[in-house]
Amino acid sequence: MNGLTGTGKLIRLILRRDRVLMPLWVLFIGLVPISYVASINELFPTAAARQQYADASAHNAGFVALYGRLFGSSLAELVAWRAGFIPIVIGLLSILTVIRHTRTEEEAGRRELLGATVVGRHAPLGAALIATFGANLVLGGLLAVGMIGQGLPTAGSLTFGLEFTAIGWMFAAIGAVAAQLTSGAGSARGTAITALGATYVFRIVGDISGMSNGPLAWMTWLSPIGWVQRMRPYRDDVIWPVALAAGLTIVLVVAAVALSGRRDVGAGLLPPRLGPASASPRLRTPLALSWRLHRGLLAGWVAGFAALGVVLGYLAADIGDLVHDAPEMEDVFARLGGASGLIDSYLAGLMGFFGLIAGAYAIQATLKMRDEETSGRAEPVLGTAVGRLRWVASHFVFSLLGPAATLAAAGLAMGLTHGLNTGNVGREVPRVLAGALVQLPAVWVLAGTAILIFGLLPRFAAASWGALVICLVFGLVGSALGLDQWVLDISPFTHLPHLPGGEVAATPVLWLLVVAVGLAGVGLAALRRRDIPTA
Amino acid sequence: MTNAISANGLVKKFGSTTALDGLDLVVRTGEVHGFLGPNGAGKSTTIRVLLGLLRADGGSVSLLGGDPWEDATALHRQLAYVPGDVTLWPNLSGGEVIDLLGRLRGGLNKRRRADLLERFDLDPRKKGRSYSKGNRQKVALVAALASDVELLLLDEPTSGLDPLMEEVFREAIHEEQRRGDRTVLLSSHILSEVEALCDRLTIIRDGKAVETGTLADLRHLTRTSIEAELSRAPDGLADLPGVHNLRAENGRVRFDVDTAALDPALRHLTAAGVRSLVSQPPTLEELFLRHYDRAAAASGAEVAR
Ligand SMILES: Nc1ncnc2c1ncn2[C@@H]1O[C@H](COP(=O)(O)OP(=O)(O)OP(=O)(O)O)[C@@H](O)[C@H]1O
Ligand SMILES: [Mg+2]
Repeated sequence: MNGLTGTGKLIRLILRRDRVLMPLWVLFIGLVPISYVASINELFPTAAARQQYADASAHNAGFVALYGRLFGSSLAELVAWRAGFIPIVIGLLSILTVIRHTRTEEEAGRRELLGATVVGRHAPLGAALIATFGANLVLGGLLAVGMIGQGLPTAGSLTFGLEFTAIGWMFAAIGAVAAQLTSGAGSARGTAITALGATYVFRIVGDISGMSNGPLAWMTWLSPIGWVQRMRPYRDDVIWPVALAAGLTIVLVVAAVALSGRRDVGAGLLPPRLGPASASPRLRTPLALSWRLHRGLLAGWVAGFAALGVVLGYLAADIGDLVHDAPEMEDVFARLGGASGLIDSYLAGLMGFFGLIAGAYAIQATLKMRDEETSGRAEPVLGTAVGRLRWVASHFVFSLLGPAATLAAAGLAMGLTHGLNTGNVGREVPRVLAGALVQLPAVWVLAGTAILIFGLLPRFAAASWGALVICLVFGLVGSALGLDQWVLDISPFTHLPHLPGGEVAATPVLWLLVVAVGLAGVGLAALRRRDIPTA
Repeated sequence: MTNAISANGLVKKFGSTTALDGLDLVVRTGEVHGFLGPNGAGKSTTIRVLLGLLRADGGSVSLLGGDPWEDATALHRQLAYVPGDVTLWPNLSGGEVIDLLGRLRGGLNKRRRADLLERFDLDPRKKGRSYSKGNRQKVALVAALASDVELLLLDEPTSGLDPLMEEVFREAIHEEQRRGDRTVLLSSHILSEVEALCDRLTIIRDGKAVETGTLADLRHLTRTSIEAELSRAPDGLADLPGVHNLRAENGRVRFDVDTAALDPALRHLTAAGVRSLVSQPPTLEELFLRHYDRAAAASGAEVAR
C-alpha cells in the first residue's frame, strides 16, 4: 500500500461533506468582483470621474491598508484594486478547509477510523490539499471568465483569476504545514491564521510606506499577498510572481508531507509539556479560568496591534510629505486640510480600520463561549455553583475589555512613534489614543450582536461574523460606492467621530453604547432561559 | 426530607424528538440508585434536566428540596457531576481542573483528593489534551468524589476505565455508601457494576421508566427457565399467566416462567408426571436484556406491567 492509496475516495468524501459550503464560497468569492464592474461603472461613468476617485483613493491610507496600492484609473484596474481584500478571505477559507479535513478529523478520532481501512498515510493530507487546490482553481477560473464576460481585457482577466488561485494555493499549503506542527485543530488554525495575519501586516506596512516612497516599502516583498498583488492585473499583467507562489506552495507541501511522515496520528511535533499538579490559589473563580483561556489570544492581539501601531505611526510623518512630493495633487490635499490635515485623516482612517479589526476580536472572544458550550467544557463549570450569568460575564469581559486593550495598544504605539517623529509626544499621544478608543462603542455593538445571537440562536452563533462583514461592506467600502446614507448607517462605525482631526460628538457614541447594552441585555436574558446543549 | 430526587412525569422534547416522555424517578436520600436504559433512552437528558442545564417541557422535579432550574446555583453547592464524555481544557493540567471544579463548587477535601489520585493512579500534571479517555474520566471522578457534597450525579462514570480502575471506583462508591449521608445517581450500562453497587435502580426506555425497585424486587420480575420431560402432555400450561416461550416436542417442554407463576406452573408439570427437570435460576441480565431489546419488549408488553 503506498502513501496515497485511497486519496480519490477521500477527495470524494471531502466533496460530499462540503457539498454546500465549498461551492458556496467558491461561487461567492469568484463572482463578487463581477458586481464591482457595474457599480464602479455606474458611480464613475467618465474617465475624469474615475481619475478623480483614483487620485483620492491611491493616497487614502485606510484604503491602501485594506486593498493595496492603486496605480491606474481604468475601470478594470479599479475593479481589481477594489477586490484587494478578497485574497485575505481566500487565504482564510483555504486554511480552514485544509485544517478541517486533516487536523480536525484527527482530533475527532475519525481519522483513526479511516486509517484502519485501506487508506495511505499521506492520503488524508493529499486529499484535503487536492480538494482545496481544485476549489481555488475553479474560483480563479470563474473569476476570469466572469470578468471577460463583463467585457474586461482577456489577458488581465486571466491574470486576475490566476492571482486569486495562487493565493489560495499558498495558504492551503500553509494550513497543511500548521496542521502537522501542533497537536490540536484549534492551535493549528491559530498558527496558520497568525501567518496569514503577518503576511497581511507586511503587505500593509510595505504598501503604506510605498505610497509615500517611504523606507519600508520593501516589506511588501515579505508577504506572499504582496507577491501576487504585484501581478497588477489589467496594468502590468506580469506572470512571474506566480512562479514565486508555486515555489512556496511546493516547498510547503513537501515540508508538510515530511512532517506528517515523522509524527504519530493525533500527536503534534512539538511535545506536550507537564503542568502543575495542583492549581494556584488564584484559580478559584470563573474569571480566573477564562483568563487562562483568553490570555494567549489577548496577548497576541495586543502585540499585533502594538506592532502595527508602531510602524503605521512611524509612517505618518511621511504621509505629510506627500503634499510636497506630489504638487499635481494640490487640490485633493487642500480639501483634506494640507499636511497636518492629511496626517490626521491618515490616522483617523487607520483608526477606522483598527476598529473593524478589533471588532473581529470582539466576536472571536464572544464565540469562545459557544466553543466551550459545544465542546462540553461549559457543562462541568455550570454544574458547579457558578450561575450562567457569572459564567457569561467571565468570558464577556474579554469581548469588551480585550478590544479596549488592543485599541489602546495601537493608539499608544501610533501616538508615541508619530509624536517622537514630530517631536511632540505630549500632543500626539492623547489625540491618537482618543481616536483609537472612540472606536470602542462600535466594537461593543458587534460584541453585543454576537452575544445576542449566542443567546437566542446558539446554533447560528457563527453568523455573528456576518455583522462584521456588513460593517466592512457597508461602512468602509460603501461610502466609496456611493450607497445611500441609510445603508451606510447600518454599520455602527459610520456614526463614530473621525479622530484625530474630526469633530467630537458625544450623542452618536452614547447611542451606540445604548444599542450595545440593549443587544447584550436581550442576549443574556435569552441565555438564562435556554438549554445548554452539547453539540 | 427522604427523597434526594423526585421527578414526576418529566417531558423533554428536542424539536420533533421526545427525549423524555413522562419520566418518573425517585431517589431516596442516602442510597446508591442505578439508572439504566438502552442508548438514547434519555439517561443523560434526565441528568442534564436535574442539573438545570436543560429546561423540562413538562412534569415536575425536585432535587434536594429545590427546583433544579430556579435554584441551580444554590443546589450545585451540594452536588457534584461527572459527565459521560469528559472534555478538558487543553492547556490546564488535570490537577488544576480538579482543584478549580472543587473550588467552584465550594471546597475540596485535600486528603481525599490525594488519596483518590493515588488509588486511581492518575498523574495530575498532564495537560488536558494529553490525557487518554479513561484518564480524562478519572480527572472528573476525582474532582467529584473529593468534594464534600450530598449528591453525586454520575453519567456512565466508568466508561473507558480499565477493570482495575473500575474496581477502585466501586470501592470508592462503597465508601460513600458506608458514610450513609451521600446519595448517588449512577447511570450505567454495566450490569455487574449496578448489581454490585446499587441499593435500588430504575430502568428507562424511550424516555419512560419501565421498572423501578430494589434488586430483590427486580429479581422477582425475572424468569426461571425450565426444561422438563413429562409422561403426558401438560394441559393448560400455555394458558397459564406468567409462562412464556413455551415449546413442546416429543414429551419435552421448555419455557420461561415469572417468579410469581413458578408454583402454579410446577403444579401443572407434576400433574403431567415429571420424569426429569432442569431449571435455570433467574438472572438480572436476562431482565435487562429483555428491556433493552425493543422487539422483545414490544411482544412481551405485559412484562413491563
Ligand atoms: N441536544 C439535543 N438535540 C436533539 N436531540 C437530542 C439532544 N440531546 C439528546 N437528544 C436525543 O434525546 C434522546 C435521549 O438522549 P440521551 O443522551 O439522554 O440518551 P442516553 O440514555 O444518555 O443514551 P446513551 O446510553 O447513549 O448515553 C436521544 O434520542 C437523543 O438523540
Ligand atoms: Mg448518555
